[in-house]
Amino acid sequence: MTPRLTGPTPSRRRVLGGLAASGAALALPARFASAQSAAPIRLGFQLHRTGIGAAYGRWYERTAQAALKLVNEGGGINGRPVEIVFEDDGTDPRRGAEVLEKFAGPSGCDAVFGALFSHVVVGTAPRAGELKMPYLVCSEGHHVASGSLNRWTLQPGITDVKSQVQAMAPWISQTLGKKVTMIFPDYAFGHDHRDAFAPAIRAAGGEVIAQIAIPPTETSFTRYLPRIPAGTEVIYHVMVGPAVLTFVKELGEFYGSGARPEIFGFVDSLEAVEFASPGLEFLEGTHFWEGHCRYLQPDAGEHERPYRAAVGVDDSGASLADARDISTYGHMFSVWETLFILKAGMEAAGYRGPADRQKLVEAIEAMTEMPYSLEHPQGAKTFNGKTHQVFGLQYISKVEGGRLARVHTTSLEDGMYPDEVDYTAMSF
Amino acid sequence: MNGGAAKIWALHLGVLAALLAAQAVLPAYHAGNLARIMVLAVYAMGFNIAFGYTGLLSLGHALFFGAGLYGMGMPVALAGWGAGAGLVAGLAAGGGLALAVGLLALRRAGVSFMIVTLMFAQAGYLTILYYTPYTRGEEGIVIDRAARVLMGLDLSQDATRYCAALALFAAALLVNLALVRSPFGRVMVAMRENEERSRMLGYDPFRVKLAALVLSGLYAGAAGAAYGLLFGYVGAGFASIQYSILPLLYVLLGGAGTVLGPFLGAALMFYLIDLASGVTTAHLLVVGAALLVLVLFAPKGILGTLRDRGLTWLP
Repeated sequence: MTPRLTGPTPSRRRVLGGLAASGAALALPARFASAQSAAPIRLGFQLHRTGIGAAYGRWYERTAQAALKLVNEGGGINGRPVEIVFEDDGTDPRRGAEVLEKFAGPSGCDAVFGALFSHVVVGTAPRAGELKMPYLVCSEGHHVASGSLNRWTLQPGITDVKSQVQAMAPWISQTLGKKVTMIFPDYAFGHDHRDAFAPAIRAAGGEVIAQIAIPPTETSFTRYLPRIPAGTEVIYHVMVGPAVLTFVKELGEFYGSGARPEIFGFVDSLEAVEFASPGLEFLEGTHFWEGHCRYLQPDAGEHERPYRAAVGVDDSGASLADARDISTYGHMFSVWETLFILKAGMEAAGYRGPADRQKLVEAIEAMTEMPYSLEHPQGAKTFNGKTHQVFGLQYISKVEGGRLARVHTTSLEDGMYPDEVDYTAMSF
Repeated sequence: MNGGAAKIWALHLGVLAALLAAQAVLPAYHAGNLARIMVLAVYAMGFNIAFGYTGLLSLGHALFFGAGLYGMGMPVALAGWGAGAGLVAGLAAGGGLALAVGLLALRRAGVSFMIVTLMFAQAGYLTILYYTPYTRGEEGIVIDRAARVLMGLDLSQDATRYCAALALFAAALLVNLALVRSPFGRVMVAMRENEERSRMLGYDPFRVKLAALVLSGLYAGAAGAAYGLLFGYVGAGFASIQYSILPLLYVLLGGAGTVLGPFLGAALMFYLIDLASGVTTAHLLVVGAALLVLVLFAPKGILGTLRDRGLTWLP
């Protein structure tokens, strides 16, 4: 069976055109232009090919390539082919800014996207603002919606931590327990969790009884685990970096086969890691947040299989080419969706070249609803143009038989919070 | 002025003149790169004062660069200080920390000194992370564009940024040149070559090395503060071990104990990474191979090798 892009629509080109029309163009006068030039649109991709984000970078590149192929098969953007220029930023903020300058200069890129790690985003955003370069990040950090960046920096492809945490806290409190100990990286991403979860769980009738921050460069965690208070009902963990597997294994060794609290983790702790790895057996029965369900769910939507096939991921979240190569499935959809948002934005803006970059930002700011589709395979979303932040669904899964089975899906509204900034009131 | 001095001044002033002209000639991208390279070269020049001229191999200079960065960034971002005051605060933080570290670390020499400076730098890095509610830790702080105005000049503008970086670089270069040609500079070299003999001649090695380390810290602090102001970002990553190694690589590549070596090394390393990354995904392998070649065939760095092979007047 040939996968369809959306249910009732008959052709790919029409769907892609419709996305632009139904999303951004609803609030912005359509400025569709016929292709004035056959020159490719060039997009810069800030890739974590090396450094702490390398495991993500590998899959982000594959996802971007897959989305690019689909975009070009569908006629490109405004009738022009699209190219992506990948540059390794070393997951380093200084190099991130340098790479953005390269995109704006010799690479001749029209827009930049793809960065995940917060420090790279924060280190790059000032240059994006100065060079007036649309900079679409995939970082989950609250730094965009908090108002600390600028008008040229947007996060339309993935929800931020504050939204994720707020959406899930009620379920944790009602289902797993009310006394929570948090274990998180002593790093801005972890601090977003720390700062957002405590008030969220309090509002849901629970409380955080301990917060254990672990330096991101740590390689052994045994000395931190005895700090978990005896009265803990739920351990909330979210770790990133090369030592995540060690962390989870040592957590299992710490409790052994004895009684333990409920465990709720962010899949960040196990992205690119096989759940069936030796030492992870204790995770059976624990719960995880997933941005996108790694294992194909029985009730998966119609766009799930085509998306998996396109990005080269099997039903278990591993590479189709190598079952030992586990994807960063919970996050990499953000790259895919961001590319389609760039396409929709450029088409709504009638984008012709760098002189239209401001129109592109305005077109994305005008977007609101993003329905579930092959362009948004993770789920429906709502974009807030004022805060430059998208809001979407969150998934809670339980480890059963060494696989993650989804047990709860939050609503869009669960993750929404009052605006903290209005970027549209800022000058370009 | 003798012939050697004339050559020295002609070379260094010529480099500055070329850099001044480069802004008008180079595309914006490369001019931007040069601005960044000049700031990093100031940092490396500071490292060179300690390592190349005085023989103090520190693995903790990121502490001084980070001190300059945060010494400027924290008051500007949190207390609303102006860019000028922030720059002075960064300079003072770099020099002050170098003095404090020097008073303790200079009781050791050689490998012990390296380890002690490395530990101090790690302590500084972890301190920044510890106070994340204020420093924003690894994620860092954006320095608002409105705060990046120095004497009416908007440092976020490309041309102004370049001129500011060049002004800092020129001042650092000329002071460095004057320093190494001064009697004190010769005493620094004497410490590097033979500390015991210098002591016998009546010099106090501790004082000389402390003064060199403080000067080195002032350079690093100035570079850190300038980097934050010019590029609008302050982050803990700049205080990590990587940024203690980078100036060492710049200096080794360009030539330890040469005034222009740090600039040459910073520029070559920058473009080696930049160009290699456009050709291969294994660009770090290319950088590693280049460093191996350097160590094998030009262990004194490029300018150090040239000095050995004829340019004996090179300071």
